[in-house]
Amino acid sequence: MAVETLRRPRPKGGGAVAIQSLLWRWPWLRPALLLTPPLAWFVLIYLTSLVLLLVTAFWTIDTFTTQIVQVWNLDNFRLILNDPAYRLIIGRTVGLAALVTVTDAVLAFPFAYFMARVASRRTQTILFAAVLLPLWASYLARVYAWILILNHSGLLNWSLQSIGLPAANIGYTISAMWIVFTYIWLPFMIIPTYAALERVPESLLEAAADLGAPRWRAVLDVVLPLAIPGVIAGSIFTFSLTLGDYITPILVGGAGSTFIGNVVYSSVGIANNVPFAAALATVPVAIMAVYLLIARRLGAFEAL
Amino acid sequence: MRSMASLAAWRRLGLFAAAALFVATACGSTTTTGGSTAQQPPTANTKPPTTVGPGEGQLNLIAWEGYTDKSWVDQFTATTGCKVNAKYAGSSDEMVSLMKGGGGGQWDMVSASGDADLRLIYGGDVKPMNTALISDFNNFQTFFKAPGYNTINGVHYGISLQWGPNTLLYSTKKFPNAPTSWSVIYDPANKGLVTVPDNPIQIADAALYLMKTQSSLGIKDPYELTQKQFDASVALLKQQRPLIKKYWGTAGDEITLFQNGDVVVGAAWPYQTIQLKAANAPVADTIPSEGATGWGDTWMLATNAPHPNCAYLWTAYVSTPKVQAEQALFFGETPVNTKACAEMETLQAGSCAQYHADAPGSYFNTIKFWKTPIATCPDGSNSCIPYAQWQTAWTSITA
Amino acid sequence: MEGIWTKLALRIWAGLILLFLFIPILLIFFYAFNTSNIESWPIPGLTLKWFTATWNDPEIRTALGLSLQAGLVATALSLALGSCAAFAIHRMTFFGKDAVSLLFVLPLALPGIITGIALNAFFSFGGVPLSFWTIVVGHTTFCIVVVYNNVLARLRRTQGSLVEAAMDLGANGFQTFRDVTLPLISTSVVAGAMLAFALSFDEVIVTTFTAGAQNTLPIWIFGAIRLGQRLPEVNVVVSFVILVTIVPVVIAARLTGGGGAARVPAAR
Repeated sequence: MAVETLRRPRPKGGGAVAIQSLLWRWPWLRPALLLTPPLAWFVLIYLTSLVLLLVTAFWTIDTFTTQIVQVWNLDNFRLILNDPAYRLIIGRTVGLAALVTVTDAVLAFPFAYFMARVASRRTQTILFAAVLLPLWASYLARVYAWILILNHSGLLNWSLQSIGLPAANIGYTISAMWIVFTYIWLPFMIIPTYAALERVPESLLEAAADLGAPRWRAVLDVVLPLAIPGVIAGSIFTFSLTLGDYITPILVGGAGSTFIGNVVYSSVGIANNVPFAAALATVPVAIMAVYLLIARRLGAFEAL
Repeated sequence: MRSMASLAAWRRLGLFAAAALFVATACGSTTTTGGSTAQQPPTANTKPPTTVGPGEGQLNLIAWEGYTDKSWVDQFTATTGCKVNAKYAGSSDEMVSLMKGGGGGQWDMVSASGDADLRLIYGGDVKPMNTALISDFNNFQTFFKAPGYNTINGVHYGISLQWGPNTLLYSTKKFPNAPTSWSVIYDPANKGLVTVPDNPIQIADAALYLMKTQSSLGIKDPYELTQKQFDASVALLKQQRPLIKKYWGTAGDEITLFQNGDVVVGAAWPYQTIQLKAANAPVADTIPSEGATGWGDTWMLATNAPHPNCAYLWTAYVSTPKVQAEQALFFGETPVNTKACAEMETLQAGSCAQYHADAPGSYFNTIKFWKTPIATCPDGSNSCIPYAQWQTAWTSITA
Repeated sequence: MEGIWTKLALRIWAGLILLFLFIPILLIFFYAFNTSNIESWPIPGLTLKWFTATWNDPEIRTALGLSLQAGLVATALSLALGSCAAFAIHRMTFFGKDAVSLLFVLPLALPGIITGIALNAFFSFGGVPLSFWTIVVGHTTFCIVVVYNNVLARLRRTQGSLVEAAMDLGANGFQTFRDVTLPLISTSVVAGAMLAFALSFDEVIVTTFTAGAQNTLPIWIFGAIRLGQRLPEVNVVVSFVILVTIVPVVIAARLTGGGGAARVPAAR
């Protein structure tokens, strides 16, 4: 009896406690165990596939059988740099991405301003939910909706004709793509802009007013600069999503709507030329890397 | 401190990426060279089966639109139990790519045209078929029993299916009289109202046009072009570019374009005309004086087909006179089975002659069937333009 | 304060933008009831016949089944993996944490087509035939990010002191996790799962490159739009997809107070 009471009291729990004391003794064990499965997934599958893609960009294919020839060369990159067709395609993609970004910024700013500074608390929540809803309503669905609107007997022409204007012939044009892209990415621009505008304290505007500035001047000189990071954060989405898209050009675009994404898609799915697709795919990645660096400088990352 | 830690982390990531690069290049698939037609096809020695077992319940096909219509597929499924799962491709390139994709074990058969056949055969993507298992094979027209594009050294890499022309489709409102020349699709008066297929083989159609209109170029075969002839064809297509509303990728694309009135003239298959007429669109088609390119289709069996029995059952089924006639009338093409002519007459009087189903063998020599352009010219020199350059040229035309 | 006219102008602008955002979506629902099979405006009449026709189409049912299965499996996998990752990143500091954080954002930061062709190249090099499982792998990869974001955001908002308090009161690690941490993050886990499912159900770009002879619903839709023959059925299917992707997101937003759903780009 005396012997037993002198023994150290055994904590209840048995095995669970043993594991826990192990984890306490070596604190790095817990993150290692937790992180291993997802990290393994990412590294073994995702990162490896990206690296493989990059490696493939330096190979070519046998032109007759379309099997990959593992001979290192820069042919694909040379073709992209020298052939004016690719310069045209890249220029067109970047140009439209920029145009869409600017359009979205212009459309979003007054809306976000209304949401942040004019609307009541309740209206704000309703509007926020309202802006979020289309974002999640299936990308294909929204492009398809515009096909229905823009076609010859669709809503647009019916509206124009019912007020006496001639029918617009914008199906299969760059204008159609511009409208569709602007529509689809608009919520991406509204949300960060709204977030940035919301953070501007009213006291700043009051101070400006105290110093004698009229309202519009205060907005221009005080609010706008503070909202710019939010706009830039939104522009990251609109720019990069347009840059990589190929579905909208196929469905809504006509001749002369080829995007970088279309060439990549048809290189893989039609020409079976994965090396060339990989080489071309480095272009939007490089462009976005530069864009992100600039955006970071301008403080967009804090506004995300 | 934190930035140093992340810098170290970046270095580690970079080291890992470099290691992965090294590993990826060390292992990997074997290199293949050439594709010259002098070598044996990789599957030449694969012995086809001598009997057909019971159906496996499913059949995965890569087909042209209109090749697997319910009107004859349902009967096939009811008889054999093979459910048909069809994927529609818009071009031969796409068919070749689909057959190779995913390791090649996805699809059972492909209705490849002449310009895809050799590439599939020499790429090892299709294997020899046993013609004895196709009961109607002996009724095929002689030319289509062993055409050069699907039979090599006496080994059949597929069973001929149907053939047809690439037609000029036009709106009867804009053109009350049928156009007599392909010049209408190159005419600046039709700016923004033209459509042609989004397919590099379209360069051959331009070459065909130049064969008659610029005979000084000396084009004999629109698929075997010297640099000068090729450049002239590409130049013509670049001139055509501002006239194009949209390059159609699927037959459905073109049907929508005509139905909406977005285009009034274009290059098409007879299938589009039949579908548009069924929807009461005011269109018609014709073959202009310069002639037309055409295609001969073959059902080819994939090397790693998951359902070979269903594949043979299907091939036998679509070779029967009745189905040949039904498909011919549905798509607007010509059957290879000589017995189909009578069936066509019962379904639609006059159709046998309309689609040249009873044409003599010499007729096929006048049609410029699709084939893969290779570097070897008819005179033996290696100065003709191979297909890879057709593809790059096409990208610069349509950009 | 802003002037009366400015406020009015802003209000009108907001109204117009809302109309711009919602009219196209509402239009599709209208077209689903269209009697004619020519998609023109105005609609001649309303009918329910396309709903039965769509339901009876075996191709659509197979595609729907595949989408649901892939969505459920991808969600389950990404829940497990994403939550583990969030826990690891949250409380523990270790070497390379920033790099790992960047890695987890990559699937959504890079254009979908690059992820798609990268996975396609990976599978063909590894000799892995494209199948249901390759679709799931593709979906899981970016669904992990969604779950990770949501759980991490919630973990950052929970007070560490609660966990410490529980331990002071004598609870061991598992008990603390079960009784304190889990209830705190449960809604964010559910929200992450809903968002992951919605993302997977709507995904078309990566799936095009990782699917073999199978069709998920979005792939079917894309093909059907291009073939142009069955637009009435497309209208019905698209309406259905809109509902299936919106409803989980609405639930997720309610569970997380709106923050989680806004942090993730949805265009896949």
